[in-house]
Amino acid sequence: MSNVFTFSIGKKLVMALMGLFLCAFLVVHLGINLALIFSSTTEAFNKAAHFMGTNPVVKAMEIGLFGGIFLHILYAAILTLKNWIARPVGYKIGNNQQTSFFSKYMVHTAVIVAIFLVLHLFDFYVKAKFQHGFVNDVVYDGKTYHDLGTLVLERFKIGWVVVVYVIALLGLGFHLIHGFQSAFQTMGLNHPVYTPIIKAVGYIYSVAVTLGFIAIPVAVYFFK
Amino acid sequence: MDLTLKIWRQANATAKGKFETYTVKNISPDSSFLEMLDILNQQLIEDNIATPVCFDHDCREGICGMCGLYINGRAHGPDKGVTTCQLHMRKFKDGDTIVIEPWRAKPFPIIKDLVVDRTAFDKIIAAGGYVSVNTGGIPDANAIPISKKDADTAMDAAACIGCGACVASCKNASAMLFVAAKVSQFAHLPQGKVEAKERVKNMVSKMDEVGFGNCTNTGACEAECPKEISILHIAKLNREFFAAKIC
Repeated sequence: MSNVFTFSIGKKLVMALMGLFLCAFLVVHLGINLALIFSSTTEAFNKAAHFMGTNPVVKAMEIGLFGGIFLHILYAAILTLKNWIARPVGYKIGNNQQTSFFSKYMVHTAVIVAIFLVLHLFDFYVKAKFQHGFVNDVVYDGKTYHDLGTLVLERFKIGWVVVVYVIALLGLGFHLIHGFQSAFQTMGLNHPVYTPIIKAVGYIYSVAVTLGFIAIPVAVYFFK
Repeated sequence: MDLTLKIWRQANATAKGKFETYTVKNISPDSSFLEMLDILNQQLIEDNIATPVCFDHDCREGICGMCGLYINGRAHGPDKGVTTCQLHMRKFKDGDTIVIEPWRAKPFPIIKDLVVDRTAFDKIIAAGGYVSVNTGGIPDANAIPISKKDADTAMDAAACIGCGACVASCKNASAMLFVAAKVSQFAHLPQGKVEAKERVKNMVSKMDEVGFGNCTNTGACEAECPKEISILHIAKLNREFFAAKIC
């Protein structure tokens, strides 16, 4: 196991594993958020958010999540920098061969997602967690909860916020389309029969997660 | 066919290069790309226009891996599954402008004009791309059983001629397809299994050391490989690496 991460393939393995972990996180995140548009009140969302914010297992996983994001970005930066150094002089006519469209723009979509992530975290997570009094309290069955649902609904009533979210989420979707199936190739899992299935699952996952997340600000803006 | 050629000219490894434009006339559509360049060079010498354009070539039969030009944005030009020497002028149209560049990668420094130094590949092979055998009598060809499937897969990988088109066409200048072909070739054969772990570690280590980029699974390499080597071999390389380093 020693110094496996000093090799390029070792670093790519970390990126692949962390990438798939983040893919799993997105499903959980989306599941909770959908409670906002499929429920007439914010109670279900607030209770789910409360569980995610207080459950010790989830809190432990939260550390893993931030660690995963950090490692994914760190190794991406190291590998990308090396890629740029590997071709100091480019071609007059760039390559135009028939290769995966989304794979060519992983760095671009990664930057969009990273900027969005910072904005998104400051928009909700940081303010709700560290800014006292930012979120109002609400009482269900005699128990006090943070009314995060109302906060989100108010935010998504602002037009430009919705536009920023939709653009960023499209960037995330494009990143996922290549990233999901690429992770399996990096882990050495390529098979004439199973790889087309992995690619199809990855495509369906990426489209579903992207449309699911986009649906939330759009639905709140127009219908809530 | 009359053609306009924009060719990268660079006097030596340290000189500053630039594109020069030349025209060639009455080129037969049946001539090969390198024959067309031969005609250009003859013309440059006879008309005292410039020094001949340097380009690599050897067998001109598509099997030695020496030739390699980046033609109109594609390694080995617009034809599929062929080397530059097997590219024919019928793939172009009369009046076309053709841009000819050398392979571009830091580990492939330009020696002159369109000739690059691919010693980096030799270094990777020297790190482990071989099977050590003791000298002695010739072993019986069928003494070691090898399944048809494994023999075919190993042969597919062994088709790699080390031309460097994978590096040239990869947006990251990664040599993963080359290394994968060399590792996979032996990994599928019993003779290669003895040194498999050391081989993959040493070859990947050397690949990183000489300064190639990293694979981002775009698939450009397999699309442009003149021997059409599949990125299935890159997955095999990854498995071999993890088996050697982690297991």
